[in-house]
Amino acid sequence: MGVAVSIQDVVKTFGRLRALDGVALQIEEGEFFGLLGPNGAGKTTLISCLAGLVRPDSGRLSVMGFDVQSAYRDARRQLGVVPQELVFDPFFTVRETLRIQSGYFGVRKNDDWIDEILDNLDLTSKAETNMRRLSGGMKRRVLVAQALVHKPPVIVLDEPTAGVDVALRQGLWQFIQRLNKEGHTVILTTHYLEEAEALCGRIAMLKQGVVVALDTMRNLLGRFSGHTLSVRVAPVDALPLAFRQRAARDGDFWHLHLTGYDEVEPLLAAIRVAGCSLQEMRLTEADLEDVFIDVMQGRESATSSKEGR
Amino acid sequence: MSGLRTLLYKEVLRFWKVSFQTVAAPVLTALLYLLIFAHVLESRVEINGLKYTAFLIPGLVMMSVLQNAFANSSSSLIQAKVTGSIVFVLLPPISYGEFFLAYVGAAMLRGMMVGLGVLAATAWFASLQFVAPLWILVFAMIGGGIMGALGMVAGIWAEKFDQLAAFQNFLIMPLTMLSGVFYSIHSLPVFWQQVSHLNPVFYMIDGFRYGFFGVSDVSPTVSLTVSFMSFLFVGMATLVLLRKGYKLRY
Repeated sequence: MGVAVSIQDVVKTFGRLRALDGVALQIEEGEFFGLLGPNGAGKTTLISCLAGLVRPDSGRLSVMGFDVQSAYRDARRQLGVVPQELVFDPFFTVRETLRIQSGYFGVRKNDDWIDEILDNLDLTSKAETNMRRLSGGMKRRVLVAQALVHKPPVIVLDEPTAGVDVALRQGLWQFIQRLNKEGHTVILTTHYLEEAEALCGRIAMLKQGVVVALDTMRNLLGRFSGHTLSVRVAPVDALPLAFRQRAARDGDFWHLHLTGYDEVEPLLAAIRVAGCSLQEMRLTEADLEDVFIDVMQGRESATSSKEGR
Repeated sequence: MSGLRTLLYKEVLRFWKVSFQTVAAPVLTALLYLLIFAHVLESRVEINGLKYTAFLIPGLVMMSVLQNAFANSSSSLIQAKVTGSIVFVLLPPISYGEFFLAYVGAAMLRGMMVGLGVLAATAWFASLQFVAPLWILVFAMIGGGIMGALGMVAGIWAEKFDQLAAFQNFLIMPLTMLSGVFYSIHSLPVFWQQVSHLNPVFYMIDGFRYGFFGVSDVSPTVSLTVSFMSFLFVGMATLVLLRKGYKLRY
């Protein structure tokens, strides 16, 4: 597999704001890649640089090996971008919009693929409807469709599910996952972390224009919060000191941060030896939200050893 | 080339879908000008041996070509910028040269359509001649091209509708209204005649009118040269802005 997207030391300033401060990333072909970060972290600026909407002050970006500046025509043909803003051209119907968008990319007689996209996004019944008459969710679907008309090898979705109902979200992800399985590289930004956790194989987290975490989802989840063991015991006073010192108390429950499963058995044994009886026990896995909060609070650097893989 | 063709098609479709407003309305406006001015002046004014109505019609046609060419590219761009739909033409592999050709081409086409409409609606009121039809066509095309490009500059520069309206009301309207559409500049005091010679639109109108009657205030070759140089100047300026991505790509 080759490199789908290469981003090298990209810096972009708007006035005094350093929106991107030396971002470097490589995304392999066929990846489902998540780009996360709080508002204003630089996600959309980075995507805009990739799409040629924003010109970086320094650094290089390429899509499928084509430089986004010097070989912009080829680079843009490889890229389908779903913009974050809910924009539309009020003069045209859905089908006209998609035909025109195809033509911009030099694709003619594209109706078979347009019909397939419409079907997959549940838009077939709206094909001849003017864009103005569509609901917000429908307009969002058309934006997705517009990004796909030229079958781009790299699909970028900038918060595609903001304000979208559950049914569409599921339909949309099924379709995007299918395209990913067929070999399309997908780059996703979203504020729905559970969505990113379910879909993305690898994650980059941006904070103030800097990549603060870059690793596979599995490594991130594993390395950061690990697991949490929560127990309720009786009598509470008999709980061993070693346990108390490491745990945080929340009502009747004691929560203890684990780095691995191998810690569980010795801890339970210590509780038993101390004469406590276990009333209730839970073992919860870390989720991406824990990792995200951890990284954003800057507790740990989380860039994988193979930085910019 | 397909990107250019589609963008041109889209720009034409855009104004054609609202042709009542973009083509029919300016034809009606020009017709009203003709009815009012001709009613007041027909029996009193004769210019270069022409009846006033005959003199006025080519000027009205050309003014409509110019104003509508400007309106087309400028309004299309400002609307796309304000609504954000400009992104749909910035993401595809369309070069800045193609961008220029598509917007200016559509602007010229709308200008010509309105011009033809005005001609068809007003030709009944005077006996027109078509002494040099090629001059008519050439001046209409260059004029539409200049104003289409100028409309692009205005649409790119403006960030809000009222900025565009200012451009239109304080630059385009005076330039076109004070260009000899309604009068021969020879009827002006010498000072204002000289001022009029600094207005490139004057040459477009004068050369266009020459194509109908074979008479003009200045030589049509001079008018053609000035018009062509104006087109080169505005066209180059537009291309420079597009190439830099001024207010389009940040």
